[in-house]
Formats: sequence, structure tokens, C-alpha cells
Amino acid sequence: MSKEEIRAVVLRVLGRIAPEADLSQLRPGARLRDQLDIDSMDLLNFVIGLHKELHVEIPEVDYPKLATLDGCVDYLAGLLKAA
Amino acid sequence: MKMPIALAEERRESSLSSKVIPKARREGPGAPNLADYDQARREFSWERARRELDGLPGGGGLNICHEAVDRHAAGPLRDHLAIRWLGKNGEISGTTYGQLLRLTSRFANLLRSLGVAKGDRVFVLAGRIPELYIAALGTLKHRVVFCPLFSAFGPEPIRARLAIGRAKVLVTTQSLYERKIKPLRAQLPFLEHIILIGEGHQTADVPGTMDYSRSMAEASDSYTIEPTDPEDAALLHFTSGTTGTPKGALHVHEAVVAHHITGKLALDFHPNDIFWCTADPGWVTGTSYGIIAPLTSGITSIVDEGDFDPARWYEILQSHKVTVWYSAPTAIRMLMKAGTDLVHRYDLRSLRFLSSVGEPLNSEAVLWSQEAFGLPFHDNWWQTETGGIMIANFASMDVRPGSMGRPLPGIEAAIVREKEDGSVEEIREPGAEGELALRPGWPSMFRAYWEDSARYKKCFAGGFYLTGDLARQDGDGYFWFVGRKDDVIKTSGHLVGPFEVESALLEHKAVAESAVIGKPDPVALEIVKAFVVLRAGFQPGEELLRELLGFARTRLGAAIAPREIEFVNSLPRTRSGKIMRRLLKARELGLPEGDISTLEAGYVHG
Repeated sequence: MSKEEIRAVVLRVLGRIAPEADLSQLRPGARLRDQLDIDSMDLLNFVIGLHKELHVEIPEVDYPKLATLDGCVDYLAGLLKAA
Repeated sequence: MKMPIALAEERRESSLSSKVIPKARREGPGAPNLADYDQARREFSWERARRELDGLPGGGGLNICHEAVDRHAAGPLRDHLAIRWLGKNGEISGTTYGQLLRLTSRFANLLRSLGVAKGDRVFVLAGRIPELYIAALGTLKHRVVFCPLFSAFGPEPIRARLAIGRAKVLVTTQSLYERKIKPLRAQLPFLEHIILIGEGHQTADVPGTMDYSRSMAEASDSYTIEPTDPEDAALLHFTSGTTGTPKGALHVHEAVVAHHITGKLALDFHPNDIFWCTADPGWVTGTSYGIIAPLTSGITSIVDEGDFDPARWYEILQSHKVTVWYSAPTAIRMLMKAGTDLVHRYDLRSLRFLSSVGEPLNSEAVLWSQEAFGLPFHDNWWQTETGGIMIANFASMDVRPGSMGRPLPGIEAAIVREKEDGSVEEIREPGAEGELALRPGWPSMFRAYWEDSARYKKCFAGGFYLTGDLARQDGDGYFWFVGRKDDVIKTSGHLVGPFEVESALLEHKAVAESAVIGKPDPVALEIVKAFVVLRAGFQPGEELLRELLGFARTRLGAAIAPREIEFVNSLPRTRSGKIMRRLLKARELGLPEGDISTLEAGYVHG
């Protein structure tokens, strides 16, 4: 899966959790929580959503790596390559 | 039909099990403040608790800020760290009691210069930044009512609370202002002053507002607290009921007697403790125990601006040598998911006492903490209206995992049942389920719902304050939470009123009717779930679902908005037209639906 495809999945899952957000305005290197009104339950649902779409296990200790859009893409790309 | 059957059964089971965490008697400097429960109850009086505070000099009454800040700044704790602040990007700063005295005096003088007077309301909408704490205490110093707003609220809950409390001053950050307040300005004619905190040391330059740092610099750092009657209004905390608008529970300066003594007895504060209350001051815990109690006790309080993150939290516990930690079940269950291995990567030997509040802490989480930290989390129970901890598992007392513990000294709790004629009677039979009730009269009891005396009166009957929580008391006096008596939703440690959510959904053009319930959730206890009946001409589908979710989140904010929406053809109602949320919930749980004879004919499950 290419990084662009992963990015599309990440945005799709985010869009389901926070449909009000204008994701085209997201700064990819900035923290999601600083740009979107999402809380820790949303983040948990975000991880569950990624798990369902990509069939990857994301351990809790790695959640901080999902803090930014770029971070999500890089981290998931690494996971998928390793799988 | 009773809803919380499943929960009750589970709790009954766990109370009968032998999984008690025993406590050996400890002596010496770290020994619990409350050494023997029965003796402490016998010897306790509120007069004696009051004597642990100073009162204003010259018999000028009792002021929360004086007890929290001024008296320490005038004594040996002047250079002791009052607040250790941790920024979300890794910044660290600290404020001593001496510095806090001058900062809160500046804020009090700033309010005075604006003509803000005793009894007016100052609202603060901000994340956990130092200015929030200074504004809170400075407001109390000036005998003005402090009202915190949770920064994750959307514009609608913010507007409703500002309007009900008729805020005179709002302190917020420039970015929260731009996103949530600016579009509301026209609806807030009573709001006279908006004080903006700039981001990252920048001054805020927004028309119609004042800059916090500039105004603070211009204000004098010397302020003498005017005589404060213990019954003077101090704190306004909004909470939710099943119906109607949010309720503002009003507390007075005398509440500090309870804040202080419960910090000592239930949280076991000792001199030189490093205390971390993870709650946001937007909720009552984050004010009573995130601001007031640690400061009246002269200890150091950790304030973390950052969001929940297990590794970050353990790092904070380790590097700041936290001794007493007060958190919430949702966070603890998330830590549990992160696993014990992670805990063991940190040196957490400084921890002495762990405590939890917000919703019942399940026995698994208590047992897990014992395994992970070598210390159990001590659950306690209280609510916005009670102002401080009422029932607790104490440091010296055996922990019964899953139980909220026993009443604090000075607190009389009972299980009551409503009789046919509307009066209440106490149920003394051990294990019997009923409403948890308290004998009024403790100092932090709410004195009113803001300008709503009818709702206030309804909370009292037969000489009791009725909490709205259902509970049981076992033969040894431990209380066990069963559920809510009303339809209020308990999610991630705070209450959400279904009416507030339903009203927001009804503003959408596609929504004809809505009903909102708490759907059981393994992490958050409950999540907000909405059932929606569409207007003619609208088709249920993924796209509309997302639009409604987004619509609700934009208005309400993530903490209150539904996480789940289900389209139905109609809602179950009683013959009088009241939505039967409990039936929806029973169905969600797969429970028998009970007697539906009062249902409207023609009801179809969508």
C-alpha cells in the first residue's frame, strides 16, 4: 500500500469520527488535536477504525506516533511493511 | 422497569467475592491521616475541621483564596512550589505561593478596575494553562463568583451556560475566542468584558476584547481581601439533569472547609506531597481538587496541559515524583489497556496513594492497579452538588474493589426509597437497592441551583439531599454504585443531560424527533447515543449520518455530542408523550423491555 493510499484511509477514518472537520485544511506536520476538536475517546475510535480498515495492531504505547497526519502515515507504512 | 440490573448483578457478585485488599496499620511520618475510621467519625466535627483553616485576619470571615494562597505566602511556605505547570509541548514552569499571591492580587485588582463587584460572575474558558488558575483564585479573592467552562465544549453549551449565569466577564484564549465565542457575541449582551490570553507569549489584539498580559501588568500586585462571609457565593459549577437547561450548582466560600478536610482525610495529603489531579477544572473535580484542596494544604499541585497519553503520564509521575495521584476510571481503564509492562519501565516508587472519581471504578481496574503499581486505586464518590468527596475508600481501610467506600467523617449517607405519597424513607436492610441520600449541612453542599429554586427544592425530601444515584450499602457500611435514577448519561466521568443533546439535534432540518441515551461502554462507562426520527423527505444513510454527527459535534463539542446515531421510524413514548429513554436503553442492552402497556399504540421499532 502506498503512502498516498494510507493517507486516504487515515483521512477517511478521521472523517467518520469528526465529520465536521475540514480535513483539506489539515497541516500534515501539526498535531491533530490542536487542529480538530477531538478528545481521547475519539482517538480511541480512530485507532479502532484504522485497525478495521488496515488490519493492523496498534499497541497503546504507539498512540503518540499517531499525533500528526504525517506521523500516522509514516507509522502505518512501517507497520504494513513489517507485516 | 429498572435499567441498571446488569450492573447491579455484577456489583453484587463482586461485593460477595473475597477479593478484599487488606490494609495493615501503618505508623510513622507517612501514616494515613485517618488512622481508624470509626474513631475518626466519632471525634469529627465541622467546627474542628474549620479550625484547621485561618480565616481572614481580624475576624474578617472566610475566603477560599486566603486559605489557598495568601496565608501560605505570608508564612514559611512562601517559597514553596504551589503549582508545577507542564505545557503540552514540554515546557515546564513553576509558581510559588509567594508568586501566586502577587499574581492573584493582580487579577483581583484587574477585576476591581473593571467595576466587577462582589457576587458578579467571572467565567473562564481555557485549557489547563497557568492563567486559568490565577484567574480562578483572583476571582475568589475579589469575592466574585468563579465559573469554569470545559474548553472542549462546543459553542452551544458555552452559550447556554454564559446566559444562565449571566456572565459579566469571560477569560479565554485568543484561539478559543475566535472559534467559539466570536460567532456568539451578539447573543451575549450581558457580557461586559472579555479578557483574552494570547498564544505563546503573544499579546492578543482583538477588537472588543482586552489583553490578559497587558492588563495584568498594569494592575497592582497588592490586594487586601475584603471581609468575606462564609456564606458568600464563590463557585458556580454547571451540571446536567434529564430535562431542561443545564443547572448551575452554587457553592459558597465555606466550602473550603470541606475541600481542605477531605484533601486531608480522603486524599491523605501530607506536608511536601506532590499531588496530581488529572481532572480538568471545567469539571468540579478539577476545581475542588485540581485548584483548591492542594493549595489550602500547602502542597505542590501538578497541572498538565497535555492530553491523556499513558507514557506521558508515567513520565510525569516519575520525573516529578508524584506522591498522591487522583484520576478517573476512564483514564485508568485506558492505562490498563496500555498494559503493565509499560508501567514497569518507570520508577514510580514515590507514589503513596492513588485515588479515583467520576464513575464507579470496576473491581478489575482496582486489582490491576494493585498489580501494576503495588497500590490500589481508592474509588470515591461525590458530585457537583456536594462540592467535595462524600464517600471514600480511605488509605487505612481495607479496599473492597468495586465499592465507593464509606462516608467521610461528618457525612451521613443513607439508602432511601420514595413512598407512594412522595415522601422518602430510609432503607436499613443491608444490600437493598435505593437512592443514595445525604443529610444536609456539610460546608460544601450547594446552596442553590442558579436562579432555579424549584429544581433546588426538588432535591430535598424527608430531611435528605437526594443524589439521583442508585446504590446499595452492604452489612459493613460500604456503599456500591448501581446506576442513575434518572436518564442522565455518565460518560468519561462527567454527566451529560440527554435534553441538551436532543435539542441540538432537533435544530437540524432533517430531524423530526430525537432521544438520547447512555450506551454502556467498556472504557467510558457510557457513550452518548442518539436515536433520530427523520422528517418526511429525508432518507437515512451514511451521508446524512455523518452530517448529523458533524452538526452535533460542531454545536456541542466532542465531550457531549453523540458518538453514535441510529435512525428509527418512531420513538417509544408514554401516553402522556414523554420519550421512554429507558426502553431504548433496555433494548440497546438486550434486556427485557418490561411493561410497555403505557406505550403509545402503533410504535414500531425502526
